[in-house]
Amino acid sequence: MYAFEFVKPKTVEEAVAALRESEAKALAGGQTLIPTLKQRLAAPEKLVSLAGIEALKGIRMGDGVVEIGAGTTHATVARELAGSVPALAALAGDIGDPAVRNRGTIGGSLANNDPSADWPAAVLGTGATVVTDRREIAADDFFQGLFTTALEEDEIITAVRFPIPEAAAYAKFDQPASRFALVGVFVARLGGDVRVAVTGASENGVFRWQEAEAALEADFSPAAVEALAPPPAEEMISDLHGAGDYRAHLVKVMTKRAVAACG
Amino acid sequence: MVEISMTVNGKPVTAEVEPRTLLVTFLREQLGLTGTHVGCDTSQCGACNVHVDGVLAKSCTMLAVEADGAEVVTIEGMAAPDGTLGVVQQAFQDHHGLQCGFCTPGMVMSAAALLKENPDPSEEEIRAFLEGNLCRCTGYHNIVKAVRAAAEAMG
Repeated sequence: MYAFEFVKPKTVEEAVAALRESEAKALAGGQTLIPTLKQRLAAPEKLVSLAGIEALKGIRMGDGVVEIGAGTTHATVARELAGSVPALAALAGDIGDPAVRNRGTIGGSLANNDPSADWPAAVLGTGATVVTDRREIAADDFFQGLFTTALEEDEIITAVRFPIPEAAAYAKFDQPASRFALVGVFVARLGGDVRVAVTGASENGVFRWQEAEAALEADFSPAAVEALAPPPAEEMISDLHGAGDYRAHLVKVMTKRAVAACG
Repeated sequence: MVEISMTVNGKPVTAEVEPRTLLVTFLREQLGLTGTHVGCDTSQCGACNVHVDGVLAKSCTMLAVEADGAEVVTIEGMAAPDGTLGVVQQAFQDHHGLQCGFCTPGMVMSAAALLKENPDPSEEEIRAFLEGNLCRCTGYHNIVKAVRAAAEAMG
């Protein structure tokens, strides 16, 4: 690991100021950033730890919405939302392994936007709102391709506001070595709308499978998905873990499973 | 260099570290607590697992400065001061829950974390919780037996 300076501000304002001062990176739970630094794939002059900012932590239930502070760990989400928003709790409880879930945070995962991460599927699949230190960003505008988001260099996610769906489920086909999603599909029913968000599959990161959304709005059943052609294989990731046509097939299979799990 | 203070296995510790020092490096090289192992170095194997403020964490995926002010427990803190093994350690010995022993410190720390949140886990729950602990001897069967035995011993 290259040397860096370490600061741990107490407020979001101080953290933003620290990010502006030099070639700095925000450190949330560190479950991706620290391995990246160890591989010398990043060389920030300064790490700005967000762990000392109490305002980023905790879960608040509102009227039809749940707001999760960006610094909330996956383990906390899995534990605290198990009764109230089980689809989000189950997704959080299946990220990585227990030690990763105790440190990794929802804000860190979203800011990184790994194409195989789990949280982007839930955020896009519910049409959640990403709240930052300066604005609110709709999920449809937030994700902009591999490891790319709408965030400015010095912008910090403070919370994520999810509408609570009438029914929702996340179906994940694990890549067993990394425990990332080889393909993961989040399906949610909100009013008359259905949203289907897919992670792990596309070369452009998380995406909405709109053909499935339209089919499920007409008939919310696994059979409606079965009748569809899978998404185009040439747009899917093709690597040693699975070819593009295999991933495209899995998108369909996992969508059916998620719909079935919605009950 | 920055000064950090933490409690390690019940003892207060203050030391100077570089910000880039990993917690596992600090424990092993500055405190001489070499029971915590570095297996994969890529955050996958769990051999470096310790407890930080009561929860399981990979000490190779955490900076020592992030543990400033924390209570850290390593495998050395699992036995009594006179060397009497803790319940989980004893169960691993009784049920041959180790072969080469390299993964054992992390397995014991994970098992203890599991039993704290779920005192009576099923075999399936044990296997799910130990997903992040790799045993290169593939000795999982006896490890799972040892964790079940520890749960029963704790009553």
